[in-house]
Amino acid sequence: MKSDAERLGIAADRAGSGAAAPVPVAAKAHARATAGTVVPLDRDDATECAAEAGAVAMRAINLTAGYGDRRVLHGVSIDLHAGEMLAIVGPNGAGKSTLLKILGGALRPWSGTVDLEGRPLTEYDRRAIARRLAMVAQENLVAFRFSVLEIVLMGRAPHLGAFHFETRHDLEIAHAALERFDLIGLARRPIQELSGGERKRVFLARALAQDPHVALLDEPTAFLDLRHVAEIFGRLRELRVERGLAVVATLHDLNAAALHADRVLLMKDGATAGYGTPEEVFTADNLRAVYETEVYVGRNPANGAITVLPADNPRPTR
Amino acid sequence: MSEPAIRRNPSIADAALADFADAHLTRARMAMTLAALGALLIVVSIVAVAFGSVHIDLIRAVMDSSSPDRAILFGARIPRVLMGAIVGAVLAAVGAALQALVRNPLAEGGILGISGGGAFGAIVALVVFSKLGGSDVAIPLCAFAASLLSTLAVYRLAQVDGRLEPFTLLLVGVIFNAFWGAAIMLVNSIVNFFFTHSIIFWLMGSFEAPTYREVLMVTVLGGIGFAVLISRARDMNLLSLGDDEAAELGVEVDAVRRTIFIATSVMIGAAVSVSGIISFVGLIVPHIIRTAIGADHRMLIPASILGGAAFTVAADLIARTVIAPSELPVGAITALCGGPFFIYVLRREGRKSLAL
Repeated sequence: MKSDAERLGIAADRAGSGAAAPVPVAAKAHARATAGTVVPLDRDDATECAAEAGAVAMRAINLTAGYGDRRVLHGVSIDLHAGEMLAIVGPNGAGKSTLLKILGGALRPWSGTVDLEGRPLTEYDRRAIARRLAMVAQENLVAFRFSVLEIVLMGRAPHLGAFHFETRHDLEIAHAALERFDLIGLARRPIQELSGGERKRVFLARALAQDPHVALLDEPTAFLDLRHVAEIFGRLRELRVERGLAVVATLHDLNAAALHADRVLLMKDGATAGYGTPEEVFTADNLRAVYETEVYVGRNPANGAITVLPADNPRPTR
Repeated sequence: MSEPAIRRNPSIADAALADFADAHLTRARMAMTLAALGALLIVVSIVAVAFGSVHIDLIRAVMDSSSPDRAILFGARIPRVLMGAIVGAVLAAVGAALQALVRNPLAEGGILGISGGGAFGAIVALVVFSKLGGSDVAIPLCAFAASLLSTLAVYRLAQVDGRLEPFTLLLVGVIFNAFWGAAIMLVNSIVNFFFTHSIIFWLMGSFEAPTYREVLMVTVLGGIGFAVLISRARDMNLLSLGDDEAAELGVEVDAVRRTIFIATSVMIGAAVSVSGIISFVGLIVPHIIRTAIGADHRMLIPASILGGAAFTVAADLIARTVIAPSELPVGAITALCGGPFFIYVLRREGRKSLAL
């Protein structure tokens, strides 16, 4: 409905800001990093503030991509507004991680475009992307015995010059990020000594310390127990509400996607099999076609959320 | 309406942040560490100048310009200690940088076969240019070129499906090291007996009779290398998280990797061309510093420079006094310490620090 108007808005913005825009933004961030401790952390630039409720944070149009000559993505499009959470779901090998890599700029698409805050991703340099977009991978291995605080402070790197030490301002941001994910008590522990759930929270805190407008999370709750899953989604919800963080997460857990995501991209074999609200996408027909197994789709009596259960019948004769 | 990202939070007391001071690298901790290591280096160097395979009287050496003590002090001891310091600094800094690059605390110029490649290049240059002349320029150049080729080959061969496998890397490096050793022995067996002493010198690693010119050459190339590595120290921290993660934090991964490869190859080439293969310094020194002080490369690199210098000067002091009046090559001392240390790190720390 309104996407045409938004596209026009983007086109106007692009025409206005021009290709040279990343330079003053980077220079401003640099000035902020060097100015010391007392400057309150404002958004990089008012004109590209994505935190305005409903502003387009990210848009991908008709992406195709692959490895070698194997095509794994066939014309996928998404759009994501500030404060929203988009869940990418689908069977193994559907292209979820590939899509996430393209959105983060780690992989170049064969065709199609990714816009971050109204400008093509290719117009930003790596550090400019890192000041707007944070990514948390599924596995978080660290080679050396850095402390939890040091890992979280690494999130400040895109805001700091090559020779700058973290300022009080950076430490305050790290402290707030640690507090948010309940990690203050672990701050000086080596990252290797933490459990999987704790480590995941450390990397989410690091992403938060980046002060991003968009967070790309690859299976943020894989291998975690129920309480940790609920906690992480709770924290993400807070961040979405408080500061308009836009979240894209790949999820295997359809119920979590239904409960927490505003929109769902259902993928199969690298193509879009459904895109919309959980209610629109998670129909028994859609899921049966994508997962090739019988499912039951109902409502969770406790919270009214869409609930998906396997409905294959292993004992047909009772 | 939008909230600012993370506001300055007045509820975060100074005490809470001060409490963090020992949990990350601060300027004060860095300054204290580097000052302590600098003092250690000075003390070790003075001891190393004062003692050796023959006794000299330092006072007479300074006062009496015609004394043999003076000739030994300025002609042998001081250049040797300077050479030990700068080569040790280069080896330790290169070790720390390579470990960051391949995300493996067991990487090191000697173990990865890079020093071996450099030594082979140096020996070929020696043999080829000894008659043509110009070998003092050709040897470091060939050592550098061969180090770089060796680095790139090891790195390429250790990649499986585009991912760098830590243990594959070590295995490939060990094989390259053995290969270069064999290639050097092959050259040794087909050239004039005249070269044999030099070839053994490169294989074992020694600071025998360095000239001030050689010291200057390694100092200049090493100094440039130090500056390059220190300027990439924060990127090395981010690379510890993984290539993709570093890129997502704004690191131009390929460019940084290329820079570090070239810098370390020049540094190893320069060191090997004057002192041969001295193994394990690049493994032991960064490891001790990381364990004692922390993993942040902004301190690890400069601390490895100072610590590597002190360690190598001390090792060379042992090498030339332990069986006086004969001397051991310093490479033998570092390998005798380093072999067991390598096994220790492999068993105790390898799994843990790789989080496997």
